Amino acid sequence: MDNSLDVNKKYLLQGNQAIVEGALAAGCRFYAGYPITPSSEIAEEMSLKLPRLGGTFIQMEDELAAMGAIIGASLAGVKSLTATSGPGFSLMQENLGFACMTEVPVVVVNVMRGGPSTGMPTSPAQADVMQARWGTHGDHAVIVMAVSSVSDAYEITIHAFNLSEKYRVPVILLADEIVGHTREAITLPPNKKMEVFNRITPSVPPEWYEPYEDNSRGVPPMAAMGSGYRHHVTGLMHDSKGYPCFRPDVVKAFHKRMYRKLAGGAGDIQMTKSYMLDDAEVAVITFGAVSRSAVRAVKMAREQGIKAGFLQLVTLFPFPKTVVDSLLRQCRAALVPEMNMGQIVREVRAVNNQAVIKQLNRFDGLMITPNQIFEKLMNM
Amino acid sequence: MVEHAAKVRHDFLRHDMQFPHVWCPGCGLGIVLGALIRATADLDIPQDELVLASGIGCTGRMPAYVDFNTLHTTHGRSLTFATGIKLANPGLTVLTVMGDGDATAIGGNHFIHAARRNLNMTAIIVNNRIYGMTGGQYSPTTPYGDKATTAMYGNIEHAFNIAELAVTAGASFVARGTVHHVPQLDTLIKKGIRKKGFAVIEVISNCHTYYGRQNNMPDPVAHQLWMKENAVSVGKAAKMSAEEMAGKFSIGVLADVDKPFYSEEYAKIRQRACDEVAPDVDEAEIKCEPDRSDEFISGSR
Repeated sequence: MDNSLDVNKKYLLQGNQAIVEGALAAGCRFYAGYPITPSSEIAEEMSLKLPRLGGTFIQMEDELAAMGAIIGASLAGVKSLTATSGPGFSLMQENLGFACMTEVPVVVVNVMRGGPSTGMPTSPAQADVMQARWGTHGDHAVIVMAVSSVSDAYEITIHAFNLSEKYRVPVILLADEIVGHTREAITLPPNKKMEVFNRITPSVPPEWYEPYEDNSRGVPPMAAMGSGYRHHVTGLMHDSKGYPCFRPDVVKAFHKRMYRKLAGGAGDIQMTKSYMLDDAEVAVITFGAVSRSAVRAVKMAREQGIKAGFLQLVTLFPFPKTVVDSLLRQCRAALVPEMNMGQIVREVRAVNNQAVIKQLNRFDGLMITPNQIFEKLMNM
Repeated sequence: MVEHAAKVRHDFLRHDMQFPHVWCPGCGLGIVLGALIRATADLDIPQDELVLASGIGCTGRMPAYVDFNTLHTTHGRSLTFATGIKLANPGLTVLTVMGDGDATAIGGNHFIHAARRNLNMTAIIVNNRIYGMTGGQYSPTTPYGDKATTAMYGNIEHAFNIAELAVTAGASFVARGTVHHVPQLDTLIKKGIRKKGFAVIEVISNCHTYYGRQNNMPDPVAHQLWMKENAVSVGKAAKMSAEEMAGKFSIGVLADVDKPFYSEEYAKIRQRACDEVAPDVDEAEIKCEPDRSDEFISGSR
């Protein structure tokens, strides 16, 4: 692993900086972006560090272009990142769909702010959850993850790159204004050594290579442009060779493979973190910055004799159904606090519509406090 | 000569289920494809090192037919993808091919900025003055007063001059050719690829099917004759008055300047970044409390 910072040394970093460090450690060597609050520090830090590591930073003319450029760089074999916030993320949906259709690994960071439209550039929100999953048109496979702290930001960014490379799929990493701008102490690498995964490249002779061939994992090897494996890449529906093809059997098989490859990797992909869940009777299920309030609230509830526990959803999509399902069976009630009008709670309810699931929503540009969660827990 | 041309086509075109192509009989795009193949073959660039990217529209279908590293992107965005490819691997020869709507309407922003940045790549813009694939709607280069399926009473917008736009935006090399003046087109494309910097070749082409049928030129031959009669060499055009040039257009090299190109400049940035490491206020070692951010985690997954 190749950190741009020294290991075993303590640093004070912003969440946005930790995302950069995680990306660099994961082998990211290309960044294209467009300035937008509250994500701009990621671009600034990348422009400083990438050239030192032989990488490339470019500031594009808009987010449509940033998304196109990172897909291009990834097609040429270089791990790539872009970062943005709501309005820019909306513009990225077009080419995000292209990355889904052509199975190009890229990581897109959305440091969420209050919306819709220009909304509240310097206030946090978690209201882009469904956009992250369904923002681009058509059925598509995508991984969405969320980070809650500075050390999380570092670690999960590495996971995001690994999953993207392993499954040839864009990964959307959701942070929010709070995580992005909070400074915390961090020692690299935090707690455990992390593996870095690189995409599998073809081993067959070029004339045998089929860039979209199905195999047991549903993830075909990926050849970089210029590596001798000339092939066609198109946003049109295509056959295993990459040529435009609308034959119903080909189309159906394509869509099925897209879903199968992520379903098959569920063990890797669906990451969660838990706190005091072993004997929990009421569970708090949340993600991102709200996790921090949730931990505090659970402690407060335990002090009052309530057996509370907390599940942090690191991967939001594909939704970690199995973990949530067993938790809902174990607990008599669950609380889903989120800084939006109720998005991930729909996924929780879809897992088990018999369970008692309460929601706690805040959408005024302020953080959900430990007390708010605690008070709800006391009445459950 | 004929044998050589046939061999070049054989080597550079894909053979697996790509033909017949999607273009109408008589379309200028086949001529542009031929010129592109002859130019790259003459320059002896290995096919493995050639990238051809396109956007959407009739022109956007071109890459599928040639045996290079090919990329058919979203509408107007081919230059952004090409930018990423070129910067990630500057050893590749990156070409993009776009239509007039693709390059100057939906992709207009990317076009002027690619020219301004002076990336070392070549953009071929096939200008047939209409949206062909979607059925003949007016484009940014449809002449004032002409008809289109979205301008049935006549077009009231004014046309872009693509080559002049490229010059103003800062492209290193700008040329205009036509699908009638084919040997010249081969040469212009070759010059563009050889140029160190952003090269733009505007190719005046014909859409007799959609532009022609709505504007009394349904026959591709009429378009060829129109190009023959109205194209004026750049040198000659410089000596003609605005009145004399009315309805005509210049062909040849409009701009050819030497200035530093992007990847060359970026290589210097990398050197500078290593030589004079910028001060990192945020990286200063600090005294702080033990890192407790992970203490609540009882187990991952």
